[in-house]
Amino acid sequence: MKSSVIIFPGSNCDRDMDVALKKFGFKNQMVWHNDPEIPKSDLIVLPGGFSYGDYLRCGSIAAKSKIIKSVVEFANSGGLVLGICNGFQILTETGLLPGILQQNKYQKFICKNVYVRVNDKENKYFKNIKKEILELHIAHNEGNYFCSNDELKSLNDNNQIAVTYCNKDGKEADDFNPNGTLKNIAGIFNKNKNILGMMPHPERMIDKYLSSNDGNFFFENLFENLK
Amino acid sequence: MKVKVVVTLKNGVLDPQGKAIQQTLNGMSFSDVKEVRQGKYFDIEVNIEDEKKAKAEVEEMCKKLLANLVIEDYKIL
Repeated sequence: MKSSVIIFPGSNCDRDMDVALKKFGFKNQMVWHNDPEIPKSDLIVLPGGFSYGDYLRCGSIAAKSKIIKSVVEFANSGGLVLGICNGFQILTETGLLPGILQQNKYQKFICKNVYVRVNDKENKYFKNIKKEILELHIAHNEGNYFCSNDELKSLNDNNQIAVTYCNKDGKEADDFNPNGTLKNIAGIFNKNKNILGMMPHPERMIDKYLSSNDGNFFFENLFENLK
Repeated sequence: MKVKVVVTLKNGVLDPQGKAIQQTLNGMSFSDVKEVRQGKYFDIEVNIEDEKKAKAEVEEMCKKLLANLVIEDYKIL
C-alpha cells in the first residue's frame, strides 16, 4: 500500500505523518510541492503546518502550487486524499471540500487534546473502526469551520460531516466546541467520501508514551480498509 | 497601471480581529466606535495600460486567489 505526503514550504507535520503511515504498514514517499507529478499512490496526504506562512489565507497559496493539479486529478478520479489541519485548509481552498476554516472564535491559538466522534462509517477512512470516540490533538489558530446554509444542508443530507467535537462520552455541546466551529464540525468528506479533511491530528496520537494512542485506531483501520 | 483592490468579510461573517480592535478602541475611550470590520488592501501593478482590460484581469485574480468568496467580497477601486 503506497502513500504520498506532500511537503509545502512551512509544512511541519509531514514527518510525523511519515512515521505514522510507516508504523501501520504504508510504503510512504515524501513529495515536494514543486514536483510535476505524484508517484503512484493509494493515498495522498496533505499534512499540517503553516504552508507559505499562512500568507493571504491559510492554505490559499499552497492550493495554487504546482503539485495540486495532480492532487485534484487524483481526487477527482476517486483516489483517497487526506488533509490534516493545514491540509484541511488547503483542501477547502482548492475547492475539493466546501466551506472555509476561519480564525478561532476567541482569537487564541489552541493546542490541546480533544475528543471527536466518528459520525459516518460508510467510507474507507472509518469503516470498521474499533473506537468511535477518539482522543486526538488539535493545534490551530484557524479551525473554525464555516459554510453557507445550503452547503451545510448538503453536508448533512449526504452524511459528509465526518467527525465532530464532543466530550469523552460522545456528547456534543457548545462546551466541547473548542473554536466556535459550525455544528461542532472537526472534519468533513466530499460527496464521494474519498476526500477527508479534519483539524485534529491522528498522527500525533500513535504512541502512548508520548501522547495517547487513539490515532492508532485511525491508521490501523485505514490500512486494513485499503488492503 | 496600478489597480487597487479591497477585500472585506461579508456581512454576518464573524470577525474576531475586528471585534478585538473595536473593544480596544472603546477601552482607549473612543466610546463612539460601534463596530470594526478588518479587511485587506492590495496594490497591484500590471503591464496593461488599458484600464478596462487591467481591471478585468484583476477581477479574475480576485475570484481565483485574492478573495475567498465563501466569506469575502472584493471591490476594485
